[in-house]
Formats: sequence, structure tokens, C-alpha cells
Amino acid sequence: MSEFTPISALIGGGIIGLAAVVLFLSIGKIAGISGIVSGVIASSQKGTLWRWLFVIGLIVGCFLSFSFSGISKPITPNSPTLYLIVAGLLVGVGTVVGSGCTSGHGVCGISRFSLRSLVATIVFILFGMLTASLVGAFA
Amino acid sequence: MIKNLAALVVGILFGVGLNISQMTNPEKVLAFLNVLGDWDPSLALVMVSALIVAGLGFIIAKKMKKPIFDSQFSWPNKTVIDKPLILGASLFGVGWGMVGLCPGPAIASLAAPSTEILLFLISMLVGMGIAKYITR
Repeated sequence: MSEFTPISALIGGGIIGLAAVVLFLSIGKIAGISGIVSGVIASSQKGTLWRWLFVIGLIVGCFLSFSFSGISKPITPNSPTLYLIVAGLLVGVGTVVGSGCTSGHGVCGISRFSLRSLVATIVFILFGMLTASLVGAFA
Repeated sequence: MIKNLAALVVGILFGVGLNISQMTNPEKVLAFLNVLGDWDPSLALVMVSALIVAGLGFIIAKKMKKPIFDSQFSWPNKTVIDKPLILGASLFGVGWGMVGLCPGPAIASLAAPSTEILLFLISMLVGMGIAKYITR
């Protein structure tokens, strides 16, 4: 059971959008998290410090959000070990091959009217819905 | 220095947004993706709200010559809809739908770490490494 939470969804989404805007207007970078993370692990790339700081910021920001308010902590996934490993691999491979994830294609891409990102987002949401519905039906 | 500080501040802001929106709750993400179940449309609103704010920002950016703390905007230049895009998005979608975690929320969730999150993240990094190696 999951409750519809429109207020926190709209506020949280607005903050995510604002973060993407501030990153682009301040240093001209797209806030695509899979790209930023895969840039950290590809050591041949120059200028990885800002990427590390962004990643550390994600963790710090999340920590601050539940430490000083009534907002709940991140919830531990309730999936079997095999699912966690396979899903992690698929998300890793898929976001590199497809050049982006929910933030890069879904938020930054669509909001600057990129057809390429719109197509990618429709594809990953459809496959996400198909998979979650199948897993949900047989679980 | 100021560029790195900006990245840290934005990361913090992004992490706050991810947790408030409950993208860091895999069950909630799955309740959005599982359209055959007890459907929770909350995440659609996260997307709508983020898109409106980001859309306004990009309109402002298009009127600017350069970002405030750097010499040029890194506008993505790819527009082609090719096989890697579709294949990658499909694989990512399947992984997202299996557990309910995408890269940002998975990393932000390290603020309340668990074996499950670590297992997912390590697999994700391995997957990224493999794909980087193959596609280089």
C-alpha cells in the first residue's frame, strides 16, 4: 500500500528542478546523475572533483532532510538479493549505453525540449511499468 | 573553487528534493510503476513539478551567453534517436522496475545505508564500468 502524497511530491519535484537549474546556470553542467557518477569512475576524464562533491552533496542533503524534520529516512528496498544485483547491473549498463537516467533525460532533457530525451524517458518508464507490473503480479 | 562549491550546494539541494519527494522509497516508486496494482500517481507529480521549474531555468539559460561561474554552457549536442539510446533506456527501465531505485535516489539513500542499498550500488557501478569499457 502506498498513499498518494501530492504535496510532498510537488515540493520535492520543485526542489529537484531548482537544483538542476542552479547547476546549469552556475557552472553550465547538466544535472544527469548517471553521467556524473559514471564520470567519477572513468578516471581518464579530467575535472572529476565537482562530480565527487555533487555526489557527496546528494548524501549530505538527504541526511539533512530527515535529520531536522519529520520527513522519513530513505526506505531500504524490500527485494531479494538476486533482484538487487541484477537490477543494479541493468541500471548501470542501461544508463551508460542510453546516455542518461531519470534526472538527465527525464528532468533536464525533457525540460529543454530534447526529443531524444523524451523518447528515452518514455521507453524507460514503459519498461519500468511493464517490469514492476509483472513482478508485482507474480510476487 | 567556486565551481566546486556550487556543485556541492546543488548536490545537497538535489538530495533534499529526492528525499522529500520520496524517490528514496523504492516501494513508493514501485507503486507508481506497477500500474496493475494499487496505483500511486505521486511520482508523476514529482516529474511535472521538476519539469516546470527546470523548463523555466532553461528558458533563462538560453538568453544567457555563459553560466555565472564558468566560461560556457555544456549544452548536450546529441539529437539522434539511435539503437544505443533505445536499448540503454530499455535495460535501465527493467532494472528500475525490478527494485524501484534509479541512480540519484540510490546514492542519496547512503544517508541511511543498508546492505541492500550497498549491494545495488556496487552492482550499478560494476554495470557502469562494464558499459564504459565496452562502449569506449
